Amino acid sequence: MSYIWKQTIPAGGKWSGRIGRGKSVTFTAQESGANASLLLYNAYDLTERYNMPDTLKAQHTAHLTKGHVLMSDNGRVFASITADTTGWHDTISGYTTRSFTQQKYGASTYQESRNAWRRNGEENFSMELLRNGLTTRDLVPNLNLFSKVYCDEEGNMNFVSSHCKKGDFITLRTEMDLLFVLSNTPNPLDPSKTYPSVPIEITVDEAAPVSSDDYCLNFRPENKRAFENTWSYDLLLGNKTLSTI
Amino acid sequence: MAVFNRVESSRKIENAIYDETVLAGDGWMHELKPGQTLRIIDVEGNQAADTLFFDAENPEDHYSAVSTIANQGNIYLSTGTVLLSQSGKELVKIVADTCGRHDTLGGACSAQSNTVRYAHDTLPMHNCRDTFMLQLSKYDSRYTKRDLAPNVNFFMNVPVTPSGGLTFNDGVSAPGYYVEMEAINPTLVLISNCPQLNNPCNDYNPTPIRLVIWDSL
Ligand SMILES: [Zn+2]
Repeated sequence: MSYIWKQTIPAGGKWSGRIGRGKSVTFTAQESGANASLLLYNAYDLTERYNMPDTLKAQHTAHLTKGHVLMSDNGRVFASITADTTGWHDTISGYTTRSFTQQKYGASTYQESRNAWRRNGEENFSMELLRNGLTTRDLVPNLNLFSKVYCDEEGNMNFVSSHCKKGDFITLRTEMDLLFVLSNTPNPLDPSKTYPSVPIEITVDEAAPVSSDDYCLNFRPENKRAFENTWSYDLLLGNKTLSTI
Repeated sequence: MAVFNRVESSRKIENAIYDETVLAGDGWMHELKPGQTLRIIDVEGNQAADTLFFDAENPEDHYSAVSTIANQGNIYLSTGTVLLSQSGKELVKIVADTCGRHDTLGGACSAQSNTVRYAHDTLPMHNCRDTFMLQLSKYDSRYTKRDLAPNVNFFMNVPVTPSGGLTFNDGVSAPGYYVEMEAINPTLVLISNCPQLNNPCNDYNPTPIRLVIWDSL
């Protein structure tokens, strides 16, 4: 795979950074059983963030896969899912905390385990948010890439353990300049008793412009209107269009 | 079909310390002390009370929809559900519920999400997130848009299917149905009585809610 930037995030690791619009950002599971907790913000207006309810209800879905777009709380498309080998990514299960992680996997300290200690989503997010001028106040429901959580008729949430295979990947095409905040920590509903240790590779490459037959654009009429909102925003900012429409 | 956790309350309105009706499109913000109980009554039925909670001792700590549902392993809120803040603090517990199902995945309507869901020309229409922002701006200047997080929709039925679909169904609520919650810690409650006119689930007819509070027994 070609790329202009590549980074591997070890199990328990974290990363944040700004990725400009018009890029393909591919996350690849280096082993089976990966989970990458992800938050997204508008790089230049950090009060605009990924919105789980707006994303789900506009697309009449409770899971995310190819064709879906990730919407902000301002009715715009942050990113489109242009490729996905898993068929299901979770956005309703949240992220782990220190007390939860210690209860589930046993206490673990840096003093004892050095860099193999078991880190958690909340603290990873808190550090990377602060680095970027945000605080825990800015925490909202996140994406859990590679995790499948389905609900039965009674609303009970079920984690599917065999869902993510080694080499599975998802590609997000950025439609705006975004701040990515990533924590490679377990899904809170993963019943596995051992702390998963799956590195995730991120590659970034240039994406082709959005064309009129784009799969994500045409996935639902709601997606088209959200794209139109993003393009209006670009026009007002004086940004060059990234679409051929 | 879902198992509804329908539990009636023994509290009597004549013993309440607070009783107010909030019209459709209006907002309400109020602090509950530990042990106080708030009842939200769906006066005419199939209304949505979009509700956010904050830790009154730390206004930056808001309700977390995903912590709340992951903690109980179920996406619907009903009697027994403990509503958690982002930091994991227990804010309120639902102690009675005659509706049986409340949503916390659907979020609040906004001008911007209306343009996506319905049509671009809905942008000027009144919406819940505007109500939230007006209430926050009047309450305390420390609050900003950053404090808006995905909320609870009391009386809303948003079923999720095992294959991962999400739909908005006709309400399971009816005139006089209510939900009651007791504050575990000091909690600020922010309500937008939804003015949505584009959604069939309230029959395009938003109606009042009634809010009643009792002191701890
Ligand atoms: Zn609303």
